[in-house]
Amino acid sequence: MVRFTLNGAAASVELPGEVPLLHALRGPLGLSGPRYGCGAEQCGACMVLVDDVPRHACTLALGAVEGKAVRTVEGLGTPERPHPLQAAFLAEQAGQCGFCLSGILVSAAALLARDPDPDEATIRAALEPHLCRCGSHNRIVRAVRRAAGALRGEEARA
Amino acid sequence: MSGGAQFHGLVTPEDGRPRLPGSLHTNRRLAQWLTFHREGFVTIRPGKVELGQGILTALAQIAADELDVALARIRVQPAATPDSPNEGVTSGSLSVQDCGAALRHACANARAIHLSVAAQRTGVPLAALRVEDGTFLGPAGPVGSYWAQADDALLECEALPEARPKPPAARRVAGTSAPRLDLPDKVFGAARFVHDLRLPGMLHARVVRPPARGARLLEVREGPLPGEARVVRDGSFLAVLAAAEHDAEAAAARLAARARWQEADTLPEEGALADWLRAAPHERSLVAERDGAAAPAASVVRATFFRPPVAHASIGTCCAVARWSDGALEVWTHSQGIYNLRADLAKVLRIAPERIVVRHVEGAGCYGHNGADDVALDAALAARAAPGRPVRVLWSRTEELGWAPFSPAMLVEVEAAADAAGNLVSWRAEIIGNGHSSRPGRGAEPTLLSGEYVEGGVPVPPSINPPMAGGGGAQRNAVPLYRVPRLRVDLRRLTVMPLRSSALRGLGAPVNVWAIESTMDELAARAGADPIAYRLRHLDDPRAAEVLRAVAEMAGWEGRARREGVGMGVGFARYKNSGAWCAVIAEIAAEAEVRARRLWIAADVGEAINPDGVANQLEGGAIHGVSMALKEAVRFDRRRVTSDSWETYPILRFSEVPAVAVRLLPRPDQPPLGAGECALAPTVAALAGAIRDALGVQVRAMPFTRETIAAAMDAA
Ligand code: FES
Ligand code: FES
Repeated sequence: MVRFTLNGAAASVELPGEVPLLHALRGPLGLSGPRYGCGAEQCGACMVLVDDVPRHACTLALGAVEGKAVRTVEGLGTPERPHPLQAAFLAEQAGQCGFCLSGILVSAAALLARDPDPDEATIRAALEPHLCRCGSHNRIVRAVRRAAGALRGEEARA
Repeated sequence: MSGGAQFHGLVTPEDGRPRLPGSLHTNRRLAQWLTFHREGFVTIRPGKVELGQGILTALAQIAADELDVALARIRVQPAATPDSPNEGVTSGSLSVQDCGAALRHACANARAIHLSVAAQRTGVPLAALRVEDGTFLGPAGPVGSYWAQADDALLECEALPEARPKPPAARRVAGTSAPRLDLPDKVFGAARFVHDLRLPGMLHARVVRPPARGARLLEVREGPLPGEARVVRDGSFLAVLAAAEHDAEAAAARLAARARWQEADTLPEEGALADWLRAAPHERSLVAERDGAAAPAASVVRATFFRPPVAHASIGTCCAVARWSDGALEVWTHSQGIYNLRADLAKVLRIAPERIVVRHVEGAGCYGHNGADDVALDAALAARAAPGRPVRVLWSRTEELGWAPFSPAMLVEVEAAADAAGNLVSWRAEIIGNGHSSRPGRGAEPTLLSGEYVEGGVPVPPSINPPMAGGGGAQRNAVPLYRVPRLRVDLRRLTVMPLRSSALRGLGAPVNVWAIESTMDELAARAGADPIAYRLRHLDDPRAAEVLRAVAEMAGWEGRARREGVGMGVGFARYKNSGAWCAVIAEIAAEAEVRARRLWIAADVGEAINPDGVANQLEGGAIHGVSMALKEAVRFDRRRVTSDSWETYPILRFSEVPAVAVRLLPRPDQPPLGAGECALAPTVAALAGAIRDALGVQVRAMPFTRETIAAAMDAA
């Protein structure tokens, strides 16, 4: 039994610790956001945050997240209360097939948490582990900048 | 000059029935296309499918406009056999033409029927009625609605040719950049993809692929498997079935180590692929010939253009779910053509097509005929071992990059001549390579991957090329739009197919357009002319000239300064010579590798149903073109594809993507043309032109890497 926090709530899984986290998330935990793209840390489709750091769920062993906080795209926001990044991706229509987006969104969230005003090169560098075949890159970069602006605005008002 | 839509309008239909627009002609019943619901919404049922291109949104916009209902009231039902209109394959940038035209007409017809019933019922003259968000308004206020008449079976009839869609100026929803209907699910991580289906009792399967192309399975050693996984074998098709996905994955790896195969060298020598193409058995055909009066040739350009095979390389691997019950099969798939898939499944599984239901569920972007259909057969084969249980098969990245069909290697040989004034007088080209289509459902033999490996299976027949009337395959865009009195274009389609090939975004266009545009650059240089001015003086088509002028203005082409190591190039094509017009200017920096810095795109897609969606498609297609041109090549040894990971098959990454500016020429009154493919080929050509501009060398082989550029310099 492996216990951890998943998107803010306590979670436990009856699976051997060496099973990749991705299978636990998509299997018994019933999530869809983290996606399989390569199983080899080469595409970023499976990216999740573990204690706020982007990690490849396709190779990370489930046992390694024992006691930690795992966050997936589902934990960023909901249609009713979207994360500023999700709102910005919709505003910029940043995506085509959208298969790459769950991973990109969590990496972008980690970036904005450590750098509230990243320039374009910083955003591209942070998203370098992610592949997008549809060519949505520039819209994605614009959306991250838009979200950064929104977040800073929110903080300024708070 | 005629677009596809106008052309069809002029023909007498072969079936003798009055011509109806697009796919409505062959799917004439209105109720098949749309249904009103009492609860105040409309379901539309396109036969075309969402591939990430935004088609569902565009179609919903068309319906909302013609029906005069808010976009939010439109529900789009995913295509499924046997009830959805059979619209063939979602490909070739034809969805708006085929399906949009059908839906527009069907909705206009439905609106007219409902209004005339309301007029009769209420006595309000038809001419005094209008529709506002589904409610019928007469001079004295509301008199009814679609919703109130929803149960009356008014659409159980054939569409009438007389129905009149709104004039372009009256459209309010089509032509606006409505947000994509499917995108919210995708940014919130909702279960929208076929990969996310979780049916009760579902099992997971993985296929164990042979270690070499065409290998035969000799023996599988017995032994325990994780999670009590079961082995499924049919001839040389080998798979495992388990309750949990990680067990299926682990079991497949274990089983692979226990399988013994008979392998042989079946692939050509990678380093000598161009020679192999020239020598391979083939069938020759004439693509186009023109023999006008021409001035004598004063200068001749000869060049050969080569591109290795390239992969679709979707970010999501192919996936399907299948369930057998009482000898009938249900399949959930991201195939581009549900009826065609059904036909080939029936052939391999030896059951009647009517015993199979195929349901479309979205997948990752496919960019053409990838393994989507293949994995559906894999799921059906694996599920046969567990009747009553849904079985989900997900391909590994290795299968995706190693076993899906590829866009075939191509060789294009061009010989062009200009007269003393530098004007083009003759054009000869020969295109050599495998065919570009082995889509299922079209031939006597099935074309699904595992069909070859099951007991009694036969190899997938060599791919074909669609005829020029259908846009062509290898020969797509091989006939230049530039004025030339004498022309001959030939096609050599190989009759052997060591690497399975099929349709990928643009088919032959990226190589043909590159060959044409590079040759135009060379002729312009010899004539001492500016590349764009030279093209313009050979174009009679005003819409072609307009995109070229627009892109030149966007990029500041005239006033561009020469900078060390930086180059600008231009590429132009009208997709399929009958689709959208697109011109691209690329700016590159020649560093250790060529780096695409900026792209400017001007396009004319006729009526843009969703301008932002069109821009998104153009950008995406152009970035795909940069990736193909600068990085991509399928690698192989004599037995297997070796570029089966993202490390060995790199595609363009965030840090390498150029800035892209798009301008759409407004043509609201012209028939809509697909935008997904038209930017790719001109982008490849523009990059080659930019390399020539920066380095003074004409690259002759893709991808444009340090090696191929150095080879071109040596050859010069
Ligand atoms: S699936 Fe984990 S990086 Fe590709
Ligand atoms: S939007 Fe399709 S892969 Fe990124």
